[in-house]
Amino acid sequence: MSNPHHTEDNTLAGKIKKNVGVSLVKCYQCGKCSAGCPVSGDMDYPPSLLIHKLQTGLPNHEEDVLRSKSIWYCLSCEMCIARCPMEVDIPPMMDYLRGESIRLNKANPAAKNIIKFHKAFLNSIKNTGRLYEMGLIVDYKMKSLNMMQDVTLAPTMLAKGKLKIFPEMIKNRKNIRQIFLNTINKQK
Amino acid sequence: MARIGVFICHCGENISATVDCPKVSEVAAKFPGVAFSTDYKYMCSDPGQSLVVNAIKEHKLTGIVVSACSPRMHEPTFRRACAEGGLNPYQCEMANIREHCSWVHEKGDKTDQKAIDIVRMMVEKVKRNNALLPIKVPVTKTALVIGGGVAGIQAALDIANAGHKVIMVERDPSIGGHMSQLSETFPTLDCSQCILTPRMVEVAQNPNIKLYTYAEIESVEGFVGNFNVKIRKKAKSVDETLCNGCGMCTTKCPNKKNPNEFELGMGNRPAIYVPFPQAVPNIPVIDKTQCTYYKNGKCKICEKVCQPKAIRFDQEDEIIEVAVGAIALCTGFDIKKTDFFPEYGYGKYKDIIDGLQFERLASASGPTSGEIRRPSDGQVPKKIVFVACAGSRDPAKGIEYCSKICCMYTAKHAILYKHKVHDGQAYIFYMDIRAAGKNYDEFTRRAIEEDQAQYIRGRVSRIYERDGKLIVVGADTLMNAQTVEIEADMVVLATAGVANKGAEELAQKLHVSYDQHKFFSEAHPKLKPVETNTAGIYLAGACQSPKDIPESVAAASGVAGKIACLFANSELTREPLIAMVDRQAPPMYSSCTGCFLCQPVCPYNAIEREEVKDRNGNLVRELAFINPGLCQGCGTCVAVCKSKSIDIEGYTNLQMYAEVDALLNS
Amino acid sequence: MKLGFYPGCSLEGASREYNESVMAIAEKIGIELVSIPDWNCCGATAAHNLNKELSLSLPARNLALAEEAGLTELVVPCAACYSRFTMVQHELMHDEPLHKRVNEIIGKEYKGNLRILNVIQFIDEYVIDKLDENVKFEFNKKVACYYGCLLVRPNKVLKFDRTEDPQTMDIVMKKLGADAIDWAYKTECCGAGFSVSFTEAVARLSGNIVEDAVHRGAEAIIVACPMCHSNLDMRRKEIDKFNGKKSDIPVIYITQAIGVALGIDHKKLGLQRHFVPVNLKDFKPFVKKEIDVEKPQNMEVE
Repeated sequence: MSNPHHTEDNTLAGKIKKNVGVSLVKCYQCGKCSAGCPVSGDMDYPPSLLIHKLQTGLPNHEEDVLRSKSIWYCLSCEMCIARCPMEVDIPPMMDYLRGESIRLNKANPAAKNIIKFHKAFLNSIKNTGRLYEMGLIVDYKMKSLNMMQDVTLAPTMLAKGKLKIFPEMIKNRKNIRQIFLNTINKQK
Repeated sequence: MARIGVFICHCGENISATVDCPKVSEVAAKFPGVAFSTDYKYMCSDPGQSLVVNAIKEHKLTGIVVSACSPRMHEPTFRRACAEGGLNPYQCEMANIREHCSWVHEKGDKTDQKAIDIVRMMVEKVKRNNALLPIKVPVTKTALVIGGGVAGIQAALDIANAGHKVIMVERDPSIGGHMSQLSETFPTLDCSQCILTPRMVEVAQNPNIKLYTYAEIESVEGFVGNFNVKIRKKAKSVDETLCNGCGMCTTKCPNKKNPNEFELGMGNRPAIYVPFPQAVPNIPVIDKTQCTYYKNGKCKICEKVCQPKAIRFDQEDEIIEVAVGAIALCTGFDIKKTDFFPEYGYGKYKDIIDGLQFERLASASGPTSGEIRRPSDGQVPKKIVFVACAGSRDPAKGIEYCSKICCMYTAKHAILYKHKVHDGQAYIFYMDIRAAGKNYDEFTRRAIEEDQAQYIRGRVSRIYERDGKLIVVGADTLMNAQTVEIEADMVVLATAGVANKGAEELAQKLHVSYDQHKFFSEAHPKLKPVETNTAGIYLAGACQSPKDIPESVAAASGVAGKIACLFANSELTREPLIAMVDRQAPPMYSSCTGCFLCQPVCPYNAIEREEVKDRNGNLVRELAFINPGLCQGCGTCVAVCKSKSIDIEGYTNLQMYAEVDALLNS
Repeated sequence: MKLGFYPGCSLEGASREYNESVMAIAEKIGIELVSIPDWNCCGATAAHNLNKELSLSLPARNLALAEEAGLTELVVPCAACYSRFTMVQHELMHDEPLHKRVNEIIGKEYKGNLRILNVIQFIDEYVIDKLDENVKFEFNKKVACYYGCLLVRPNKVLKFDRTEDPQTMDIVMKKLGADAIDWAYKTECCGAGFSVSFTEAVARLSGNIVEDAVHRGAEAIIVACPMCHSNLDMRRKEIDKFNGKKSDIPVIYITQAIGVALGIDHKKLGLQRHFVPVNLKDFKPFVKKEIDVEKPQNMEVE
């Protein structure tokens, strides 16, 4: 609970507290999250270090965080929160930071494939209501220009009956489009 | 005609920053019956108290209201000032405008109004106060010490050496507590047994100390100076007066594979046993849950081999009643076991042990005769990892406090390990090194500089077993929070210190308060660190919070000092704020109907039947009579009395109604 | 007996053998699984990585549809969908304004009256008691039960099994006669949704899982999540490359394992659809015996 007498906290940590209710001041830098994180080795700032940067409230550190690979490499596997002694809920914080990073056009170039994949995934749902794996792969390849990746995977999948040639459409696609219009595609 | 004085305290800024004190004083001056009103920065200070004393004399006051902090804080202070001014001390009332007003509200008119209301209520009350005389009660100059660890031993010896009788009650078959399990002690590395055993023997030999081991507190009644305690002396199945401690029974007992509590499960003991060689008293007990005779009705080998014929299979628990004047609570602590940690394998890995188990491994009298060998296969571990803060400072696990002793004993463990395994490497995962104490920081530096302990700043996320090694996964937060993986042979968790088993139950029997972690609460965190909220009951050692040996011993001597002070008087003065059944002379005049509904509800058994007889000695009626020595003034009888014949002195119905009336009719 | 059912996109596509095996054992046990009419994708990782309200609304629409259809219990075999559904239910039930907002977005009235079951809970509640009378073969193999992330975390919301070293799948497999081994990667992440976009990470994470299972002598990895399955199975080439050695340990859905024990045709269970061939043979006839499947200490969820 923050003190009502204090002035509003305009740091990124303050915004995280306000928008997702995760209190970064609780973190005492024990590093248990970084130790357990399956991708901390891939990250430029392992979770505890990322939090420490935000704890400083300094613009250069906040900038680092928004432009980091870390926020995109997070798998949302929840290992960090499962073991955090202070119950600092890192995954929703990461979700928020990803949103901010995109909104401010600061997403790390190394994350472009991940973002493109997510976008291709959502595109697929927006149009049909369900995931159309074939379409997703094609769309992702067009977006990422990774034409050669996994070229051998698709034929085997087809042969094993794991890929559908045609998308499955739900009936009330209007409802789905409405959901997208009311959320991610909302006009600002 | 009442002449009341009102004294508004600013309490520095504690009150005045929120409440307009001069305004409250001004308004209070106009209350009916108020002859004098003023405000002052620190009413409890010397000049503040003089102000009160002089005002009483100068304005011929009949009662005073000190409008300041909680009566728990300064009521005694102002009662003294009141007496100094020439009034009965019970003509003083506290109006609590700090805890009840300034600390819990924002500055503003409403807050001022609330302060004014509180003062008005107390003014109306004090007008109806009676002069009361303190009650004198005798003191039984015997102390009860509960718990025979190092704190209990120290307290008992100090009290006994001051010339008073001591009764010591210990739950286990021997005194000694956790300290008797330790190998060496920080920061001097002297052997724990070597310094403790002589003191244990002293307890047994001191003529002023009566020791009951294998015994627990059954019930406690009474009050400071006059407690009545029932002790359950559990059946040892051995006649202590006959046993000579020869050890024949324990050697010959065929049932030897029982987990040894003293060795924390890392060894076995017979069903009839003395917990450890230096035990005091050196008298064995039979564990009835394990003994073959108690289970199957056959065996009795111990009885056959016992030369002094001391075995008593038919012995029963004995209840012993004692009268004591003071109680020292020294029941110690416990630690979390390794099964408390999901991420460290729920206790399923044998080679992950707790700190106490390591003490036994390092102890010359331990299961490995002081060699560091891992429990699973007896190998000497060449890589050992110590995990500090295991469970401590971990709100997610329900333990937010620092266990205080772990930093030091972990450094000690690393040193002892290096002394015993010269080619071994110790790693210590830590969050902060808390080594505040005389020669403490030097000691941790010694572990790092001389004994090559590798300190890694980070918490361990997970430990798992693979190919006979324990894989410890942590992070080095001083190295960009990079993951550190150590293939260890053994892991020692410095697990959190927690309240001892049965602490809550015992606290309830004694009516002492305890915190959310079941540690006993001191009466004041700074100024009454060894007192409890119940007069005459004191606490020392780790039953209050995790403490190391020097602290426990210091607190125990503090308790002994307090008890010696108490016993320096032959009688005690008690607050006269107790229940009274109304009486007007001649004695038969009372509104009490003799229904005695009050009798069963009294938690202190203070209500007696008083017979009223006529001149010929015939019984006229029975009235309730409240024994002033036993009554604690809780007021339960007042609530159930149908005829409204009982009043608490100092809190009479008349006074209470006056307060409520003052509030409602303001 | 009828229960609500949400297959999710994977079970209709790349993981159709999971669906086939769930259906096959349900049929054998006599349970009818009724799909939510006109269900849509739960949004998976993509939605909650990019937009919070979207990540709440997509699952909420399904839950509302299930309620409209009068369903009270919902079996969700896909661990990712199960996790999303449970999280959304939890979040909306604890945040009144958000609940209202999401109902506006989806244009439906979601009340929050559903009981959401993952596949293991479904087995534990409806299948396990009927095993003894129906099982034909003993699953006499050494297996490594792999739970992954989404079934057990966050424990405070899902309240399913214990966070570290969970046991429910192990108990089911022991009942079928398997030797469920104690191993180190039960709940470590496989790389999840990064299969396509960050394949190197998946190869490493899944590689560690496969390596530890093989190292400890497991003959099969048992899973209950389509993402875990596709990473451990379809990414085996990358996994073997990362580990520097070839592995042939098959990855089997728990429902397929039960199906095998029930004597259901392996084709009907979709075992032929795996990338890593399933060559499990020599199953002995099942003899009911008292197996020590007592739940270990600390089993209760904290």
